Amino acid sequence: MKRRLLFAILLIIVLALILKYGAAAAAPVSYNLPPETAAFKPGPNLDVVMNNCTACHSADYIATQPRGPKFTADFWRAEVTKMIKVYGAPIPDADVPKIVEYLSTTY
Amino acid sequence: MISRRELLKRIGLATLAATLPSSQAFALDGSVVLPFENGKRPLVKYPQKRPMIGLTSRPPQLETPFSVFDGGPITPNNAFFVRYHLADIPYSIDPDKFTLEIKGKIDRPLKLSLKDIRKLPAVELVAVNQCSGNSRSFFEPRVAGGQLGNGAMGNARWHGVPLKAVLDMAGVKAGAKQVTFNGMDGPVLDTTPDFVKALDIDHARDGEVMLAYGMNGEDLPLLNGFPLRLIVPGYYGTYWVKHLNEIAVIDNVFDGFWMKTAYRIPDTPCNCVEPGTAPKATIPINRFTVRSFITNVSNDARLKARKTTTLRGIAFDGGKGIKAVAVSTDNGATWMPAKLGHDLGRYSFREWTLPVKLAPGIYDLRVRATNNAGDTQPMEPRWNPAGYLRNVAETVRVTAA
Repeated sequence: MKRRLLFAILLIIVLALILKYGAAAAAPVSYNLPPETAAFKPGPNLDVVMNNCTACHSADYIATQPRGPKFTADFWRAEVTKMIKVYGAPIPDADVPKIVEYLSTTY
Repeated sequence: MISRRELLKRIGLATLAATLPSSQAFALDGSVVLPFENGKRPLVKYPQKRPMIGLTSRPPQLETPFSVFDGGPITPNNAFFVRYHLADIPYSIDPDKFTLEIKGKIDRPLKLSLKDIRKLPAVELVAVNQCSGNSRSFFEPRVAGGQLGNGAMGNARWHGVPLKAVLDMAGVKAGAKQVTFNGMDGPVLDTTPDFVKALDIDHARDGEVMLAYGMNGEDLPLLNGFPLRLIVPGYYGTYWVKHLNEIAVIDNVFDGFWMKTAYRIPDTPCNCVEPGTAPKATIPINRFTVRSFITNVSNDARLKARKTTTLRGIAFDGGKGIKAVAVSTDNGATWMPAKLGHDLGRYSFREWTLPVKLAPGIYDLRVRATNNAGDTQPMEPRWNPAGYLRNVAETVRVTAA
């Protein structure tokens, strides 16, 4: 009886220690990002844009770029090409002109 | 220590402070309009941060509201800017399981826990971190990239260990040329180049480059690189790798995308080219150019004519230290020396003040700093295709009435 009690007390101590240090070791610092505030504007080929662009970045990457006569189809074509050649985006050739059309007529 | 508010009262500037508009127009819908075309940004609230100017949400890029720089030479952790390149960022980090691996051309490969690193003799340094693209939106002609105002900079007291101490523990082998740095953040796609940066071996071992786990007396905020980041004093933020968990000593010059192709500046004496043109040759971006700002008076402010207004602001450079700050109230025709504030070290923001008394009229206030090497700020902006290194003597237009 006495031995059983001792064993139970020991077991409790061991479990408490495991809980304490086990918990301390598994205490990651975690956080969530707030929901994305930017959305893609409506425009032609929006579905193609959503398919190809949103895996890697939010829409504000596009919306905040400069405007004006220098920032039309050529500018956006260069950006899409950069995404493919530099950042390895798997954008099918056929989608490139559709994305450029959306970007240059919408932003 | 007296607060800035108290200080303002004592020198009789309370009315001035109360009537000055803030540096950005804060709209009622929780957005900010930065002073350039397409400059409307949301004010966003992130974990461990006060409301910040949101540039992008995934990956997160947050700019410091400029009024923060008028609050003292140290930028609070909850207002410090955030810049990521690639969207696979760590959302959960266990400091007890975190390890820093040191490998490559060394005698003893190491895996150090955060506890191991905290046991090493610690050092502290006040240093500015500034994004290479800080102020890019003011380039004319405009250039592609993160369209930042002047808020992608900050000054903090960093606490950690010299990189040299860790490299010495590992025993750098003869013939080592560079050291590369990789963090826990990475690309979404395997085909996107991981964000890895490199420093020359002598730079890495200069005793100043630091592995920091503390920032202004606290742990690093998660979005500023918790639990460990590289501090490269005087160098642009691109080298200050966050969530640093892998260091490699190599015997060649690192040719990864983020060194070889990105973050390059023209290899010309001014590191600039004719606006709209491409450089013939480039080098990796390196030390900060000299900069200075007026922080307590913003564009279109109204000052009381014939009354003394004390202008104040900050200046910094790439590590020579600020020697002088001068202010012009006539768009650069004549200059008045400002009084420099407390010296927190040659990598820190240096505060300055200058009382001025203006007759009624419109004034272009200019501010220009000079460092201990004699480098100063140009009166006309210099240009490069990536929109880096901006350091024109800034202009603030005010009306005295």
